Amino acid sequence: MAGVPSKLRYRPFNLGRWLTWGLTALVMVVLPQIFTQGYAITLMSQMGIMIVFALSYNMLLGQGGMLSFGHAVYSGLGAYVAVHILNLAGAGKIWMPLSLLPLVGGLGGAFFGVLFGYVTTKRAGTTFAMITLGIAVLVDTWATMSRAFFGGEQGVSTDRVIGKPFLGITYGPGVQVYYLIAVWCLVSMALMYAWSHTPLGRIANAVRDNPERAEFIGYDTQRVRWFTLIISAFFAGISGGLSTINFEIVTPDVVSLSASGGVLLATFIGGIGFFFGPILGAVVFSFFAVALSNYTNAWQFYLGLFFVLMVMYAPGGIASIIVMQLQLIARKRFWRIAPHYLAAGASGLVLLAALILTVEMTYQLSENSANGTVMNLFGVNFDCAKALPWAVAVGLWIVGGILFNLARQRVARVWGEIQTELLQARA
Amino acid sequence: MFNLKRAFGALLLSSSLFAGYAHAQTVKIAFTDPLSGFLGPVGVNNMHSWQWIAEVANQEHWAGKLKFEIVPYDNKLSPQETLNVLKRVEDQGIRYIVQGDGSSVALALSHAVTQYNERNPGKEILYLNYAAIDPLLTNGNCSFWHFALDADVDMKMEALTSYLAKDKNIKKVYLINQDYVFGHDVAKAAKEDLARMRPDIQIVGDDFHPLARVKDFSPYVAKIMAAGADTVITGNWGSDLALLIKAAHDAGLKANFYTFYAGTTGVPTAMGSAGADHVFEVAYWNPNNKKFAGADIVKGFKKKYKDDYYTMASYSGIKYLADAFKQTKSTDPVKVAEAMEGMKIQSLNGQEEMRKTDHQNQQELIIGKWVKVNGTTVKFDQENTGYGWETVAEIPAYVGTLPTSCQMKRP
Amino acid sequence: MEFFVISLLNGVSYGLLLFMLSSGLTLIFSLMGVLNFAHAAFYMMGAYAAYSLGLKIGFFPALILAPLVVGLLGALVERYGLRTVHPYGHVAELLFTFGLAYLIDEIVKVGWGLTAVPFRVPAALHGPLFTVYATEFPKMRGFMMLVALLMLLAVYLLVTRTRIGLVIQAALTHPHMAEALGHNVPRVFMLVFGGGTALAGLAGVIGGVAFITSPSMADSLVPIMFVVVVVGGMVSLAGSFLASLLIGLIQSFAIGLDWSLGGLLDALGVAVNAHTPLYSLLKLQLSAVAPTLPYLLLVLMLIFRPKGLLGTRAD
Repeated sequence: MAGVPSKLRYRPFNLGRWLTWGLTALVMVVLPQIFTQGYAITLMSQMGIMIVFALSYNMLLGQGGMLSFGHAVYSGLGAYVAVHILNLAGAGKIWMPLSLLPLVGGLGGAFFGVLFGYVTTKRAGTTFAMITLGIAVLVDTWATMSRAFFGGEQGVSTDRVIGKPFLGITYGPGVQVYYLIAVWCLVSMALMYAWSHTPLGRIANAVRDNPERAEFIGYDTQRVRWFTLIISAFFAGISGGLSTINFEIVTPDVVSLSASGGVLLATFIGGIGFFFGPILGAVVFSFFAVALSNYTNAWQFYLGLFFVLMVMYAPGGIASIIVMQLQLIARKRFWRIAPHYLAAGASGLVLLAALILTVEMTYQLSENSANGTVMNLFGVNFDCAKALPWAVAVGLWIVGGILFNLARQRVARVWGEIQTELLQARA
Repeated sequence: MFNLKRAFGALLLSSSLFAGYAHAQTVKIAFTDPLSGFLGPVGVNNMHSWQWIAEVANQEHWAGKLKFEIVPYDNKLSPQETLNVLKRVEDQGIRYIVQGDGSSVALALSHAVTQYNERNPGKEILYLNYAAIDPLLTNGNCSFWHFALDADVDMKMEALTSYLAKDKNIKKVYLINQDYVFGHDVAKAAKEDLARMRPDIQIVGDDFHPLARVKDFSPYVAKIMAAGADTVITGNWGSDLALLIKAAHDAGLKANFYTFYAGTTGVPTAMGSAGADHVFEVAYWNPNNKKFAGADIVKGFKKKYKDDYYTMASYSGIKYLADAFKQTKSTDPVKVAEAMEGMKIQSLNGQEEMRKTDHQNQQELIIGKWVKVNGTTVKFDQENTGYGWETVAEIPAYVGTLPTSCQMKRP
Repeated sequence: MEFFVISLLNGVSYGLLLFMLSSGLTLIFSLMGVLNFAHAAFYMMGAYAAYSLGLKIGFFPALILAPLVVGLLGALVERYGLRTVHPYGHVAELLFTFGLAYLIDEIVKVGWGLTAVPFRVPAALHGPLFTVYATEFPKMRGFMMLVALLMLLAVYLLVTRTRIGLVIQAALTHPHMAEALGHNVPRVFMLVFGGGTALAGLAGVIGGVAFITSPSMADSLVPIMFVVVVVGGMVSLAGSFLASLLIGLIQSFAIGLDWSLGGLLDALGVAVNAHTPLYSLLKLQLSAVAPTLPYLLLVLMLIFRPKGLLGTRAD
């Protein structure tokens, strides 16, 4: 865990934290005014949902040290509970304002957290991971087979416009739904942040780091894991309830293994060591998973490559990279390394261009060859069956590779110098 | 891809300013189906089929000066992703959407399109469904904005059993299907139709297995053999079908297989000679139909895409649209939808009619048999296997015509 | 009786294929602690490599060569990828293989196309090996069993009777001691990962030719492999052998049996009809849930005997 937030905790008025939260809220309010298209709004709504989901997952992985392959079980079942309640409300059988529906999802998620969690949290480590995998496959298969609760493969659809409009809000238009999601997202973020400072949150860290000692000082580790999982499942369920509202349909996809794998990837990419890591991860992951396929057939390739490179070179996630820079800024050394970053970034862009060119031309030749070899990339038309574009690609690889390597060495050297300086200053 | 975006922007402007017939030069049709993942190959083949027919229609001026353009979107076979696609289609001002793979996706899309059209009058979107065949789509869940080009499960089963019923050698039928809505639809229809047309036939098995999860079908084949079945009816598709037929061949099962989807991308290659002479398929068309109607299209498609054209619904779909554009002199989906109700067209399998009450296309169906190419009845093979579909029966449209429970809400 | 014999044969042969698949995974996990999510992708690689090689040099040489190619690739992946990630812990390693599986999938699609390739059984393995009652038992399945058993024997001999095997065993239990004695443990890791993926490749050749060689052939295999490994006890080859056979047999027999809880209650004299509570659960037939039984077994196993059939660790 980074020392930054905890160091500032005991000050009476924490300006930095208020600024961060205030800015986050402001960005959430302003974004749909800038990107007004329906698709952009639904993409942002999905990012908000994913943020809640990824944060709830990090409660397990980052704070509780529990690697789960089946977290989508809780968000998904929460979504199913929410959709059934919404349908009952729509039919006028029960009273339920739409704005509170995510809470229903959360309670649904928590219920299954109590149920499955009791079984899974008996063990930790690899055994825990494997039981979650088993349960995830069982629930997934069950969902496609059972028609009564899950509606089979076609799922359960619903209509979110229920009851009378309140202050002109019907929740028909996507932007109203976006703001509902944004509010729930902010509230959940704040609650989960607060949780990490409660005694239970602290003990969860202790159980993660050293279960034996936690047991010696009198805590029941199994119970700590179980409670952590229930709370995590509650927030996962909230994200499920939000997705019910956003899509107005719940299908077995929501409990699938790929959904569980997705949240693991998103959280890890963002960085499990920091509270805000999963938030960044959720945004990046949603972009890759939802939006990138609009631009290229090779989206799965880029997704895989991005993850592999992240794991290899930035295992602390995006958050750790940012925090490292923040430390430099705080110690007034950032501007010394910034030009080298710029150089590395620029040469990195050349490499990226080389990669995109190579991958896109390969895909054009293999999967899209029926539509000819003429293609368009970055507004330039060219024929990828000719040698020239390939020569350009090779050139970009070589130039980019050499420059990037040089820049990387510079960055590493300056970084090392700064660290030595800081150490000496401390000594 | 990137310049398409700009073009969409321009289209958005132009279509909102001049929605009239005279000004619009190109009608954009959004195509959404899985273009990646395990059903990707099928989606890509279908996308090519639509693109090819659009090209043919443009050359032959089906809709006068109006040009068709297919704009593909990957929906990853997920209802949620499809709704994302629909949002993009709305943003870009495209007024026609085509989808086919997966009834779950189709039901979600039909629901969402109807909802959108109710909430956004003046921006209506028309949905052509070319392959999702859950009967719900044109019965309980029917919509004015949804047009079904393919025959639904009940119609296909009606045609299939009317053919089966004539074969007196059939005594024991085994049903094996994927455990989801469509599989259950097939099993239900088969049981009802057989009980009505051939009550003497015994149904010796009715199995469901999880969708796309079974690798080894030999235990199922052992069960079929133990039951002594001489005929198997299955709605399986993709690897679930190919693996089943392969396992049956390996174990020496001699039963005939009556299928819905043995002719879809990937199955012929995987099935190969293992299916020869005992796999049948019910479909609305096949390239080896009695008149070889559509031979030029098949050849042109093969030349361009190195693949086989079988999604003839793309022909019917564009034909319906072209005729409706000409008739109404408009590309406004509201007028076009009204014109398409009850419309009759000439397609590759003869006359088709879009029934007004439920928007279910009524057309001839064909039973094909998987045999070696012989140059007379079977000229076209599939996926270069040397095997193709021989037309063994043409079932006229009236056989498959069924009543509907659709209560259509018109705008 | 007929059904019993056929189901037994089917179950054992499928179980042996599962064993081929999961033995490599067990080896890799037991030594390196890496849950290799890309294992199924290497399986697919094996099938495609054998298909392409087979067109040039024939099936049987390809059967030997393709796993070697896959193993070499695996070793390269370990050397230049996994080794970098190793210091960051097991979650990072696991995610690395997760991403790798995506990459391999895409490379296969670009290289060999989106649809299945016609990878056919060679003429020598065509037709039935013998006939049980009316059912033919195909030669290919017999061959599958033979290869699996030979593989088991070879791996067993390699681990217990050779020097490298002893080093592997030493590195498994006492990595630091083995390193202190001058053994190059990272190289052992590379060999093990290469060897494990080669076994997956071999399974891929057999599985690809017996079933289907398509980009989706690896889908849904990862969970079942993990079930085998976990039920077998994570670190025990013999355990995963037993678990594979057990799961193969469970699947094969369960599919054949139309038993249901409702039927059981009926037999016990309790009337079950549509109004009985939980009717939809009660009428569910064993055959319909057969493919989910391995996962049920996994969950029950982990709850009641977390160290697996022949495992030694229960953490």
